[in-house]
Amino acid sequence: MVFALSLLLASAVVFAFMAVLPGDPARVALGVQATPEALEATRAEFGLDRSLPAQYLDWVGGLLQGDLGRSYVTRADIGPQVFDRLQVTAWLVMAGMLVALVIALPLGVLAAVRHRRLSGMMLSGASQVGMAVPSFLAGILLVSVVAVQLGWLPPGGWVVPADDPVQFLRRLILPALALGLVQGAVVTRYVRSAVLDVMREDYLRTARAKGLGPYRALVKHGLRNAAIPVVTVLALQLATLLIGAVVVERVFVIPGLGSLLLDGVANRDLLLVQSVVMVLVLAVLLVNYVVDVLYTVLDPRLRRAG
Amino acid sequence: MKRSLRTAVAATAAGFLLLTGCGAGSGDDDATDSSADGSTADDGDGDDADPGDDTPAGEPTALTVGFTAEPANLDFTTTDGAAIPEALLVNVYEGLVKLDQDTGEIVPLLAESWEVSEDRTIYDFTLREGVTFSNGEEFTADDVKFSIERVQSDDWSVSLKSGMDVVDEVEVVSPTEVRVVLTEPSNNWLFRMTTRIGAMFTPTGVDDLANEPVGTGPYVVDTWNRGDSIVFAANDDYWGDAPAIDTVTLRYFADPTAANNAMLTGDIDVIGTVQAPEALDQFENEDRFQVIEGTTNGEVTLAFNNESGPMSDVRVRQAVKHAIDREALLETAWAGRGYLIGSHVPPTDPWYEDLTGMYPYDPDRAQDLLADAGAEGVTLRFRIANLPYAVAAAQVVASQLADVGITAEIEPLEFPARWLDEVFTNADYDMSIVAHVEPRDIGIFGDPDYYFRYDNEELRDLLTAADAGTPEEQIASMQDAARLLAEDAVADWLFLLPNLIVAADDVTGLPENRVGESFDLTAISRS
Repeated sequence: MVFALSLLLASAVVFAFMAVLPGDPARVALGVQATPEALEATRAEFGLDRSLPAQYLDWVGGLLQGDLGRSYVTRADIGPQVFDRLQVTAWLVMAGMLVALVIALPLGVLAAVRHRRLSGMMLSGASQVGMAVPSFLAGILLVSVVAVQLGWLPPGGWVVPADDPVQFLRRLILPALALGLVQGAVVTRYVRSAVLDVMREDYLRTARAKGLGPYRALVKHGLRNAAIPVVTVLALQLATLLIGAVVVERVFVIPGLGSLLLDGVANRDLLLVQSVVMVLVLAVLLVNYVVDVLYTVLDPRLRRAG
Repeated sequence: MKRSLRTAVAATAAGFLLLTGCGAGSGDDDATDSSADGSTADDGDGDDADPGDDTPAGEPTALTVGFTAEPANLDFTTTDGAAIPEALLVNVYEGLVKLDQDTGEIVPLLAESWEVSEDRTIYDFTLREGVTFSNGEEFTADDVKFSIERVQSDDWSVSLKSGMDVVDEVEVVSPTEVRVVLTEPSNNWLFRMTTRIGAMFTPTGVDDLANEPVGTGPYVVDTWNRGDSIVFAANDDYWGDAPAIDTVTLRYFADPTAANNAMLTGDIDVIGTVQAPEALDQFENEDRFQVIEGTTNGEVTLAFNNESGPMSDVRVRQAVKHAIDREALLETAWAGRGYLIGSHVPPTDPWYEDLTGMYPYDPDRAQDLLADAGAEGVTLRFRIANLPYAVAAAQVVASQLADVGITAEIEPLEFPARWLDEVFTNADYDMSIVAHVEPRDIGIFGDPDYYFRYDNEELRDLLTAADAGTPEEQIASMQDAARLLAEDAVADWLFLLPNLIVAADDVTGLPENRVGESFDLTAISRS
């Protein structure tokens, strides 16, 4: 129920934003050379000459039936386009998340366990610096160093994994790093504080008293408890990662949802933009749902309570 | 949990190392090898293109060209935008005639020859035999009739179609002979036949123009990866000489820096239109690149609102023209690349005259003219397109105008959406900057509803006379028209955008000047 309401609200907000955006979609679609008759015809073809409520209901009605409509600019169905681009962005986000986890989990734990020592403080400081770097800047730096200067990896572009898995991975690494490094820094801090909290718990002190070393005690008794706040943060970060992907796709010339969204806004391809945003909203809501499920897996107490 | 996590970390790390390792290896072995990676990766079909690229001395058959704007779709009959004919015309679609890249002259293509009647209204074309469309249909005089009449029908909706208004009828004389009768003599018409409206279609090939173009050209569209690239494959049944390059990938980069990086790393072989001229140094200083510099049809125009506001006074317009130091502007705004022109005519047009001396940089004269018009200290609404060249040029213009006491308030408008709405459609502006890139488009000044809002009967008469006259009369009248525009200070032509191409040093046959609408790939080869 909340799910449906959130979607409905999102659709209204997106539609309203698009409606107040200056610029005539038909004029932009047809360009400087369009005849007045052609402009009229396009407006009629896409229903742009109807009242806004009518346009909104038409759009939402289509969405409910799984019909995203047709693009003003490409005149192709939006559904398949969004689906194609979604796959690209999904790879990117997943890879970015993987990088973030690979960085954040070990470093976060290390920083927590050694929080009183120099190495722990340096890790903590480094993550602070990492957080301050926007992912597009990380992307530009990675391209200019790893691709242009060192020539190790291609500077951008995209290959469908089924066509050429090696090229696909080579082109995925840098954007995934650009997204993941920054996220990794953010998540490191959460992992650190979650682990620190757990380390102060009585049951961990008991474990240490039984004679377990600091890492063993943490792994055996602490990590599962520390995971709950971390998973919450990861869900939030996934949304940030999606937004970050929009920009990173631009830097690395990747044909994902972000590029589609930016082109759509520039071309006043209103229906397309609305659909992409709705897909993003849906993705974020789904992630939150999955996180709720994960809680109960991690903490059996929540299952009983529910 | 711990063990599986550790395994995952190790596996991922190992994978990353392997991948970067293998990349570093191939990159170090051979600088040109990475270009093979780029082109093959993009057509997603590495096997057949690889051998060629691995042996630079052999016959490389793949080429990747970077462009800026991706076509919205592949149908230029209903969708405007220079990117579509840039990719498709001459390469995929052919007309009866085309523009010679070197001379700018109209030369035969699908027509072997043509004769013009005494009164210049009847054109008899003899068509080439043995030409087929990429869907297997034979090209005959019926297709010429079909294509021309289709432009006149509602199936075409771009306003360029008006170039075909002058055609009265098309007669199929025989399968290889066609007669086109014009309502009045028109030099423009034959020129327009070299542009997109002259493209030849077949009735069985127009069902899905937006995605599947069917033409007679040396290339066919193989795949289109939206948002990324279009892959052309050589047309096996092409009537003429097969192109030297089998597979051409057009890759689109919204960001000029990304295109430069792709070029530097060999991911692409050519940048078709350089959008960041200040970055050219990095290519000019290296032997593995060549930089080609020529002219285009893109006049970067400082447009005036001739109808209302301060710019409706010719003295104010002339003052602005005298206040601008175009050489300094070109140096600052476009890294000194480009050409100064005094009117709306690029040097490749037959009637080009050097009119750059008509409004020399003369701030004192500008101030006199302003005083004369009682417009000292005037404030202008300077509403420009938010495009790199326009923003860069506007800042220079504003500061130079400030020196003579004119305040130009720069307002960048999102291009195309807001600029089209407010400046182009509603003419709600005093000054603007945008590049007019269509070939031979001086006629826009003859339209009083165009956003210059310039209404001059004398100009229209000259344009009409040029269209109807003999080639000599055409040149004379066009020169008069260009001069009239300059004298009347209808606009200022800040500079002509240069045709800037960066290419790997083994690529030959690239177009030095851009005379028509297409990026002609047919002459390109790799040595």
